[in-house]
Amino acid sequence: MAQSEGPNGPAPTQSRQALLTVRALRKYFPVRGGILQTVQAQVKAVDGVSFDVQRGEILGIVGESGCGKSTLARLIQHLIEPDAGEIRFAGQNTLSTSASVFKAFCRQVQMVFQDPYSSLNPRMNIEDAVAFNARVHGDSRTTARTKAWEALHKVGLRPEQFGRRYPHELSGGQRQRVNIARALVLNPTLVILDEPVSSLDKSVQAQVLNLLQTLKHDLGLTYLFISHDLLVIEYLSDRVLVMYLGQIMEMGSTDEVATAPLHPYTQALFASAPSMNPDERLDHLPLLGDPPNPINPPSGCRFRTRCPHAMEQCAIASPPLLSVGGHDRYVACYLYSDQAVEPAL
Amino acid sequence: MAEPALIHPPQELLEGPAGTPMSYWKLVWWRLRQDKVTLTAAAVILCIVLSAVLAPYLAPHNPAQGSIRKRLAPIGTPGYILGTDEQGRDMLSRLLFGGRLSLTAGIVPVCIALLAGSTMGILAGFMGRWVNMLIMRIMDIFYAFPSVLLAIAISGALGAGVGNTIIALSIVFTPPITRVAESVTTQVRGWEFMEAARASGAGTWMIIGHHMIANVVAPIFVYASTLVSVSIILASGLSFLGLGASPPNAEWGLMLNTLRQSIYVNTWVPVLPGVMIFLTSMAFNLLSDGLRDAMDVRL
Amino acid sequence: MWSYILRRLFFGIPTLLGVTIIVFTLLHLAPGDPISAMVPSDAPLEVVQMIRQQMGLDKPLPVQYWRWLTRVAHGDLGNSLATRRPVLNEIRAALGNTFLLAVSAACIGFTLGVVLGTTAAFFQGRWVDKVASAVAITGVSLPHYWVGIMLIIVFSVTLNWLPAMGMQDTSGGSSLWTLLRHMLLPSIALALIPMGVITRMVRASVLEILQQDFVLTLRAKGLWSRTVTRHVMKNAAPPVLTLMGLQFGYLLGGSVLVETVFSWPGSGFLLNLAIFQRDIPMLQGVILVLATFFVLLNLLVDILHSLIDPRIRRT
Repeated sequence: MAQSEGPNGPAPTQSRQALLTVRALRKYFPVRGGILQTVQAQVKAVDGVSFDVQRGEILGIVGESGCGKSTLARLIQHLIEPDAGEIRFAGQNTLSTSASVFKAFCRQVQMVFQDPYSSLNPRMNIEDAVAFNARVHGDSRTTARTKAWEALHKVGLRPEQFGRRYPHELSGGQRQRVNIARALVLNPTLVILDEPVSSLDKSVQAQVLNLLQTLKHDLGLTYLFISHDLLVIEYLSDRVLVMYLGQIMEMGSTDEVATAPLHPYTQALFASAPSMNPDERLDHLPLLGDPPNPINPPSGCRFRTRCPHAMEQCAIASPPLLSVGGHDRYVACYLYSDQAVEPAL
Repeated sequence: MAEPALIHPPQELLEGPAGTPMSYWKLVWWRLRQDKVTLTAAAVILCIVLSAVLAPYLAPHNPAQGSIRKRLAPIGTPGYILGTDEQGRDMLSRLLFGGRLSLTAGIVPVCIALLAGSTMGILAGFMGRWVNMLIMRIMDIFYAFPSVLLAIAISGALGAGVGNTIIALSIVFTPPITRVAESVTTQVRGWEFMEAARASGAGTWMIIGHHMIANVVAPIFVYASTLVSVSIILASGLSFLGLGASPPNAEWGLMLNTLRQSIYVNTWVPVLPGVMIFLTSMAFNLLSDGLRDAMDVRL
Repeated sequence: MWSYILRRLFFGIPTLLGVTIIVFTLLHLAPGDPISAMVPSDAPLEVVQMIRQQMGLDKPLPVQYWRWLTRVAHGDLGNSLATRRPVLNEIRAALGNTFLLAVSAACIGFTLGVVLGTTAAFFQGRWVDKVASAVAITGVSLPHYWVGIMLIIVFSVTLNWLPAMGMQDTSGGSSLWTLLRHMLLPSIALALIPMGVITRMVRASVLEILQQDFVLTLRAKGLWSRTVTRHVMKNAAPPVLTLMGLQFGYLLGGSVLVETVFSWPGSGFLLNLAIFQRDIPMLQGVILVLATFFVLLNLLVDILHSLIDPRIRRT
């Protein structure tokens, strides 16, 4: 029988030269109230998350709103500090408060934000916005502008025309391309994409996704791709990680998880995606109710309140993330306890 | 699940929108140019300011000299087109020279408060937590006084004089500007491009300088412009009470005070300084309203 | 909800303390020796020293502050240097008169403001709106003390319909009618600024509600009735009420100029007098009382606002 060791179990995956290593990451946000505004509760946004990202792959993180994906993205990008856990990039521990370490880190790891409307400074024109990243790291005005033009070129925007434009003169898709250009200026190794196409129309989504694929191929990038849209994740990611209320429920290659989801939550998610075939109607809803409040998650397995297969032991302790079926496939569910193998550390 | 059929667009470079790029400020200027009322108000202010600056060249008589024999001449007296005051001095000259002190005492405090208030407010908004608490609590204490009362208290303590009026009014106007600056800064700080700027590795000052200031300046400036009209009325009011400019200087509020006794003799001459205060204040109000409308652009 | 109220009250105390510190400091910064105002210039040095000691003016500043504060907390604001009578009594009487003026100005200003603002909002863009907005902006741009003088010129000097100053006729009559006659002109002068401010706020607030989707839906369906109007007004009310509270505070505390013009025996008039007589205890007393009133009024307004507006979080 596999032993449990904390919320999401011992570290999974072959840690051989993983580009990014995350172990037991935790972030709680305090909720204040009362006369003296004391801390009354904690929002358990990220509660014990461990995974690896291999060089050159696209890891997709999927989950409903409020499951902690965005918090996770910001923790990895170092915009917020975790309460516990470890993040290693290319073997180095990134958790240091030194400004120069942070600056060097930003050259390697960049982020593309979700909202194309508020993620660009309305008072700055496009080339300055993109060039800013270069100027931060010491480039002169002209060098930074040249780099900005290159980046704009790569994302398919004509720099001569778009450079001097302002964000409000661009469409949503074009702005998102600018976002991507801005992230690429520093030639990063890892790019975190926090719902980059969620605010765009479907047709534009396709263009941007294709662009991302091309860029990855041409520049040898690694992506951490966050989305709530299953189809998008399926299309783009090599591996996928399913999050629910701050914890990982299932992890594995996209093909395997999509064709044969193991965790009840994953199964429900994939079943909920409407089919393109109008004759295929759902007889009953695969997933009922709303996600519970992250301030007060259910005891034990967090999904048990909506799970059709909930057992008694699900309420006692949260199931660890264990390896199932051999290589690189993990589930956190008691249904698979007998098949589970303790992962190699 | 079937492979979704996706569009594969050719990898060509996208063309940009036509026409010249319109930055925010260009847009504001373009909108202002179409607002007749605001333009008129601006013209009026320009005239008043120019007439004050050029007073030595425009005034027909010496504002400090008058003969008792000619006192309280009515409007339209030959040689004294707007009449004379209670000491026989020419009203037109007094009004022109009075503009200098009244305008200075009205505009300068707002400028000082704008500088001081913005700095403190932006700092408080950006640093947050205890810096914010400290600055805002101190401002709250000053905010606890009605502005007229505070102005009089400070003026009364420091003594009469235009310089003291400027100091007093600067102190009165700094807390509201600090509040607005802090509020706007906190708002802007929450926008995603600020996070993106941090994610680039930039330091605090670089982020403030390149990204924050440009976004924060407009609302603060608009708010400060609404204070100018209040400041002019208050500054003249302080002189009216004897706390500002002192005789024999010409200043609109002071003139109202000294001429007040004379309403039983010459009814309409005492009206004139008040008209000037009203016109100036009204023009600034219209201008600041127009500015606010022009700057309120949903981009 | 109670925790919110308690928290506001609790954090109001340092503000009040800060106010007292400022009042105390300000007037100790004032140039001029209060002693010299009290004794003849040829008084011998020992007498001056003795008086200084008696009044505690030889102690260090923080000590003086503390003693002053404890006295004030017990209601003793000292005696006026000019009249030798207790400051508190003088203030009490004067404040009553100012209150009268403030209330009547508030009635005139607020009513006009609401009427003009609502009309402007409902007829947005048409000439009614333009006129109302023009009236509002004029009210805010007019120097109210000047308007007072103008009113005197028109109604007292030229037409001789209304008295020009004070609260009572020279003949000594003090009936309600006399009071009203004396009160009318100063109230109008004082009401201008609140009227202008309230009109603009009401117009903006009502417009915001009128442009919201639920109202547009009702109008599109042709379902306009008194009920709908009432709903619109109720929704537009909270910020307006807050502003009214604030404006009332300004009326109480900022009536100096109008009171001076009309020689109305209120707290503003007292303030003016105290400045010129260098009557420090009186000055301190008046400013302190008025500022405290303002702080308490703001507190009340904040709490009421949080009660009326359901959108404000009250944990």
